[in-house]
Amino acid sequence: MSDSTVKLHYDIDAEDFTTAGEASSGVKKTLTRLGVNPELIKRISIAMYEAEINAVIHANGGFADVEITPEMVKVVISDNGPGIPCVEDAMKPGWSTASNLVREMGFGAGMGLPNMKRYTDEMCVESEVGVGTKITLIVYLNR
Amino acid sequence: MSDYFHSIVLEEELCKGCTNCIKKCPTDAIRVQSGKARIMKERCIDCGECVRTCPYKAKVAVTDPLEKMADFKYTIALPAPTLYLQYDISKFGRDKIMTALKMIGFDYVYEVARGAEIVTKASNIYLDKNKETRPMISSACPAIVRLIQVRFPSLIPQIMPIKSPMEVSADNARREFCEKNPGVTPDEIGVFFISPCAAKMTSVRNPIEVSKSAVNGVFSIKSLYFKLLKQMGKIKEPLNILQAGFSGVRWATIGGEAKGIESDNILYVDGVQNVIKILEQLEDDKLTDVDFIEAAACPGGCLGGPLTVENMYVARTRNFRFKSMLPKLLNEVSDVELENTEFERAPEHIDVTTLDEDITKAMQKLRNMDELYKMLPALDCGACGAPTCRALSEDIVRGKAKLTDCVFVLKDRVRNLAKEMMELEGMLPPTLDNKAEGR
Repeated sequence: MSDSTVKLHYDIDAEDFTTAGEASSGVKKTLTRLGVNPELIKRISIAMYEAEINAVIHANGGFADVEITPEMVKVVISDNGPGIPCVEDAMKPGWSTASNLVREMGFGAGMGLPNMKRYTDEMCVESEVGVGTKITLIVYLNR
Repeated sequence: MSDYFHSIVLEEELCKGCTNCIKKCPTDAIRVQSGKARIMKERCIDCGECVRTCPYKAKVAVTDPLEKMADFKYTIALPAPTLYLQYDISKFGRDKIMTALKMIGFDYVYEVARGAEIVTKASNIYLDKNKETRPMISSACPAIVRLIQVRFPSLIPQIMPIKSPMEVSADNARREFCEKNPGVTPDEIGVFFISPCAAKMTSVRNPIEVSKSAVNGVFSIKSLYFKLLKQMGKIKEPLNILQAGFSGVRWATIGGEAKGIESDNILYVDGVQNVIKILEQLEDDKLTDVDFIEAAACPGGCLGGPLTVENMYVARTRNFRFKSMLPKLLNEVSDVELENTEFERAPEHIDVTTLDEDITKAMQKLRNMDELYKMLPALDCGACGAPTCRALSEDIVRGKAKLTDCVFVLKDRVRNLAKEMMELEGMLPPTLDNKAEGR
């Protein structure tokens, strides 16, 4: 591992809303220790939280891999879930496939992917139906 | 930062070096070093948790001595609403307390409850004019404002930029007294806050929202409790000098401030650990449908403050009784009273978490911290003097502690060393004594 990279790995547990958010809050603590600007930390942790919750709601959990360098924070949330049939649709605010049960719990408003885009500098969604989804979120630290 | 004043201090000779306070501190600001629980000044928010927790009364809140009144030609008392709840209100009503304050030497008494009513009006005006940022967080509890500065810097823009009732009261009291007594200049007047709160003392010495506090000194409710009680027994006809209604008086209890906000979407939370949970949610951009959050570090609100006398549940019951006794306001808030109620400056981020200014070095320290943490037992026993194993690993990379401060690590090292010595002993050639025995 190079001296100027911090790598973090988290398992995102399935179907447990009470622990969802643990990965993003762990990343938040780490970034605080590294002296990253609070406003950037907020953007990263909100975007990551959205991705984490998505993995819980839609995909029975997954993994979060985070790479921090002095230049940027890269978050990759991957799952082996059902995949997104049309990424373009999913990027539209309000578009959601969440079940009624999930909506009753206050999630599934269709703002997940749009919010991730809003709070990050770069976002990439790779998804294949029946295989899984990989969301990459990047926030630059020196812009 | 080293000259920063804190009202919470350690009475060294009383401290036994136990770990009660380090465990309760919400900002991990206390370490037991050389057998004494030392406070890290830059982290302390003066919430008073350690004062409440310490079984040996070694953590104390410093306030001003009453003699300080003698430094001024004229003196004004600013009683916090919590003062009214310290006495049996059927015998010692608010008018008697106000009268007794004058009897012990104050020239003028201005109710902080009135200042609170002014703050409520100013807050409602602010919320009406500024609709983008939600929720706004009350700035009335100085420990919570400092908690945000230390632990939740991204929430600083959400701190309500309206001065505390104490500051607003001090400004208005001074103005009123000068108006009523022509010839008196503002600097001849000493304004003293009568406080349930340790953090208020700190915010007078190191104000957050103003460059210089309008308050000259802080007396604890405890220090005046008996003095006032003695005077109240003598009162036949109490003076009629009340200014505040229930909407100001109820600020003593949690929710008292939030209920004055013109919105149904209010949230109030008390106890510093509960507040932290809510602030964490805010940090994640949740609760954006809430307009206003009242957060108090003390359980129950100000009436649970460390400088009070009465049990906070008993005090709260008295607050309920005020509700039926009082109108919401005795006087409408005027434009003059609302002058200069906004913050003079924004609270700053107080960074106590960054491991190193240089992010590359910080990353190296972070990795070292993780390596160290793996060597620790994860029991969070506190025997090393740090509240958790994680905190010890951080102290070590900051150069403030060493790995053998952990008794478990030390025990292992000693055991291994002992084993090695036994092994080496077995390899030693026979000594003269052995020869003698073997003869």
